[in-house]
Amino acid sequence: MNPSPEMAQHFAELKKRPVIFEVNNLGKEFPSDTGPRRVLEDISFKVYQREFLSIIGPSGCGKSTLIRMLACLEECTEGLMLLNKYPVYEPGSDRGMVFQKYTLFPWLTVKQNVMFGLLQGGMAKFDAEREARQWLDIVGLEDYCDLFPAQLSGGMQQRVAIARALANKPQVLLMDEPFGALDAQTRAKMQAYLLKIKEKIDITIIFITHDLDEVVYLSDRVLVLKANPGEVQEIIEVPVPKPRVPEQFLTPDFLATKKHLEELIHPPVLDVKDEFDVMKMVAIA
Amino acid sequence: MKKREKWLVFGKPLSQRRERALTIWSFLLPLLLWGAISYCPFIWHPEMEISDAGDSFYFSKGDRIEKAVFKQENAALLEQGDSRMAGQAVNPVYLPAPHEVAVAFVKAFKTPPRRDGDPWFHQSILHSVRIVFWGFLLSSLFGVPLGILCGFFPFFSKLFEPFTEFFRYFPAPVFGALAVAVLGINDAPKVAIIFIGTFFQQVLVMANTTRLIDFSLVEAAQTMGCRPAAILFRVVIPASLPKLYQDMRILLGWAWTYLIVAEVVGTSSGISWFINQQAKYRIFDNVYAAILVLGFIGLGTDMLLAAIGKTLFAWERGEHSSLLRLFSRKAKAEVRA
Repeated sequence: MNPSPEMAQHFAELKKRPVIFEVNNLGKEFPSDTGPRRVLEDISFKVYQREFLSIIGPSGCGKSTLIRMLACLEECTEGLMLLNKYPVYEPGSDRGMVFQKYTLFPWLTVKQNVMFGLLQGGMAKFDAEREARQWLDIVGLEDYCDLFPAQLSGGMQQRVAIARALANKPQVLLMDEPFGALDAQTRAKMQAYLLKIKEKIDITIIFITHDLDEVVYLSDRVLVLKANPGEVQEIIEVPVPKPRVPEQFLTPDFLATKKHLEELIHPPVLDVKDEFDVMKMVAIA
Repeated sequence: MKKREKWLVFGKPLSQRRERALTIWSFLLPLLLWGAISYCPFIWHPEMEISDAGDSFYFSKGDRIEKAVFKQENAALLEQGDSRMAGQAVNPVYLPAPHEVAVAFVKAFKTPPRRDGDPWFHQSILHSVRIVFWGFLLSSLFGVPLGILCGFFPFFSKLFEPFTEFFRYFPAPVFGALAVAVLGINDAPKVAIIFIGTFFQQVLVMANTTRLIDFSLVEAAQTMGCRPAAILFRVVIPASLPKLYQDMRILLGWAWTYLIVAEVVGTSSGISWFINQQAKYRIFDNVYAAILVLGFIGLGTDMLLAAIGKTLFAWERGEHSSLLRLFSRKAKAEVRA
């Protein structure tokens, strides 16, 4: 896979931008009955400004744990995270997060939900209200200001959740399978929305998913984890030209990248030559 | 042809009309049963009320005696050639008919106490309400915050809950004598009994309910820069408030059950005093009337609280609260003025 000259230049430029988030030798152990169990080992990577970095891996590789560690919702056993060169140890509004579960506050209206972080940050109510309206405008929900989350569809709730996270002006937006609970159609719409939002504003995104179409469609680079323990297997630059559109889903670039990622996540376990081999193996087992 | 709706459905609610009809029936059925026993002599009526004592030496008009005794006495009178007693079948005095209780219900409010200085019926009721109110308020004042703290911070949970768990197994009435010794014979020990009966349960119930909140809401708040205090006040409390409110309604019911014990501690007072007095005079109509009053107060407060809760937590149904909006409009108008 050789990227086009345009994309090669894109990545060269990307790496010249300032590093927003730097992760050094992150590790995680969970206690278990049979002694500590290693979940993540020696994870290191850098995220550049305005980059869209996706993290994928086989199920159980600890990608959700990793993003929760980046948000400091989960403690790191070892390693260091630098946000704008400063170490972070506590969760904060500098790393906004969008969860797979709907986490809007059900007792607050859509607008009040977006205002939540702003008021927490000490903004005056009037300003917070204006700001919230602007963010809801960006995600296309300005008409739904005074509804409660329960009155919105799943896709709309996630758009509010994105607006709520972005309103706090985070350095990095962490997204933990944000569209995982949505149906395929809504998910496609949300992906397009996310790309549009990202064009409009200066935001760096770390994104977790297991949907490979989503990964190739959205990401600049993809960090592939392997399981047991979770380690960085490879960081891939997605060669599909930008700006991305859904029509690219069937281009050779797109499919080749997808196939490559697929192979990294699910390496062919055994290369069975013929049925006879299988019979032998069954007999041995 | 329209399919006839079934009454015995499951997994979906009945129509509103049917729900209302069943609610009425749920009160009507016991009332009908009571009426049947009271007004149909062939169902029970084990006694005879004497309307004319005849020449009986032992019994006089108005006495209620067992049917067998009535027969025996009449047989004896017949043998001696005396005139026989007349009477009709009745229920025992402790089971008055519905209309008698209804009359007593009204009369009890109008009848002055037998002895000067004793409280009227409505004064007894108010006294009871006051005891429950103070007991429950004091308990809630300490129990609710402590319960929420225990539910949110494991520190408080481990510090307070084990002892609370232990203490709640002491039945509140056993502290009666102690409460009187410490607090005197008037209302203070009664309030204390209600407090003891409610408080320890309250802490545990509040803590458990607080623990039930969806923790991902807390995490979302953390990623928006909330520190523990802000999380407690802006996320945990609002998120668990509707359930805490439901719990409080149930706990208030418990507080009422402790009332009857509390009122016989020290000087007997309130509605239990009234019930005991009336039972001594064998005016059972009044006893039932007083018991009914307790039921009405309980049901009434609970319905009122349910209605308030429904509007306060309208967001659970995705609606705006009419009550809160009323307040916020007023507040906005005040700001403008």
